[in-house]
Amino acid sequence: MSDRRILPYGDHALLVELDDLDAVLALFRGLDASRPDGVVDLVPASRTIAAVVDPRILSLSAARGWLERTAPVAADAVEERTVEIAVRYDGEDLDEVARLTGRTAADVVAFHAERPWRVAFGGFAPGFAYLVRDGERLDVPRRSTPRTAVPAGAVGLAGTFSGVYPRASPGGWQLIGRTDAVLWDEDADPPALLRPGTVVRFREAP
Amino acid sequence: MSLRILDPGPLSLVQDLGRPGLAAVGVGRSGALDRGALRLGNRLLGNEEGDAGVEVLLGGLVVRFERDTWFAVTGAAGPLLLDDRAVDAHLAARALAGQVLRIGVASAGTRWYLAVRGGVAVAPVLGSRSRDTLAGIGPAPLRSGDLLPVGEHPGTDLPLLDFVPVVEPTAGSVAVRAHPGPRADWFTAAALDAFFSLDWRVAADSDRIGVRLEAVRTPAHAAGVVPRHEPLLERAISRELPSEPMVAGAVQVSPDGRPTVLLADHPVTGGYPVIAVVADTSLDAFAQLRPGQCLTFRHA
Repeated sequence: MSDRRILPYGDHALLVELDDLDAVLALFRGLDASRPDGVVDLVPASRTIAAVVDPRILSLSAARGWLERTAPVAADAVEERTVEIAVRYDGEDLDEVARLTGRTAADVVAFHAERPWRVAFGGFAPGFAYLVRDGERLDVPRRSTPRTAVPAGAVGLAGTFSGVYPRASPGGWQLIGRTDAVLWDEDADPPALLRPGTVVRFREAP
Repeated sequence: MSLRILDPGPLSLVQDLGRPGLAAVGVGRSGALDRGALRLGNRLLGNEEGDAGVEVLLGGLVVRFERDTWFAVTGAAGPLLLDDRAVDAHLAARALAGQVLRIGVASAGTRWYLAVRGGVAVAPVLGSRSRDTLAGIGPAPLRSGDLLPVGEHPGTDLPLLDFVPVVEPTAGSVAVRAHPGPRADWFTAAALDAFFSLDWRVAADSDRIGVRLEAVRTPAHAAGVVPRHEPLLERAISRELPSEPMVAGAVQVSPDGRPTVLLADHPVTGGYPVIAVVADTSLDAFAQLRPGQCLTFRHA
């Protein structure tokens, strides 16, 4: 198919390059639903998806065929796992985000809570998920000076993404609220509340 | 059954073959850097190949066996003492309760593996006993006084071996096999040529996450040498790369043109283009290179 490029990635992996994030989300749904044995990791990012294989079970050439032939799947064509997260919208940067986007703080909260978000990919820390919103997306610049410590449960915006800090860490996202939801639990199976493909509905906590 | 850590040396970590399958939620594979050495140690003892052992950086680990224990040391080369008697690497050896093993300073290679019959049996985290130094997951780095539990061995026979042919790490220059990476076309033809023809040296700021490389240059005062100021590995495409998934062995090139080879504790995504990927068959030997040691890349 011409909507993707398959790039070599060493002895155990291939990288699929796509046009944009929405194409990544759609192809990831297709790949995740048709994942053959021997695919050890299927890792989406903003323009690419990596497939890491165990070559004793699935050869790179067989994996390439799967990556080339699998069709993208629209969001409304599959039953999606949905998680609801209650947020207290009292983040330190809420007013700054309102100023940066020319809205009121109440508008920012409504923007965040009214439509579902989807996990596009992870990567910054265990259990951290980059979320993209269905429909309109706001572009929010990161803080010019990152915080040295952001508490676990902080809900933030950066670029067109939203995210929730799974554990305390440094961070440059604009913080708009916080949640008590447990994003990462090493003792749970699976350990991450949010995984690529999960739909997230934020709800304003009373 | 247990092992008492009397001195961990600069860094001793419990490692097995890692926790694959969690990259999409931000956790890399981790695991022993010289996987072949850990596997060999386990095979010598009749363990499962993926049982956990102790990965010792450079040397200095001192442990006391609290019970009679079969053990094997593999990986780096250097002196090994059980009490005051030298013991052979790459062979199963028997320690009596109370005996003390001292892993000396490696003369070649950087990582030793201590395997014990039954395996190190600390509690696994997410299916693995590996310490991931980037994610902070798995058993904490060993400290003096720690008591490491040893697993119950199923009782299969110990393999009868007098000699195991092993390619020990060398202190000299090493040829490392590599494949062109997914972003090889982001670099100039001259940069790709340079990558596969220059002599490289392992920089001091290298760890389980990645190994920085610097080019071994002809001294600038040598006759006929024109000093160069452009980036070492020049890009043909200079725009920013959106973050993409990373793998162990990926050679990322930062904007200053310097390559970093990612190892087992690498971040799951990265934003620098990958010019090449170290071949799987070379990755164990690569992970044994010492700061200052030289290497060349060869096409796999």
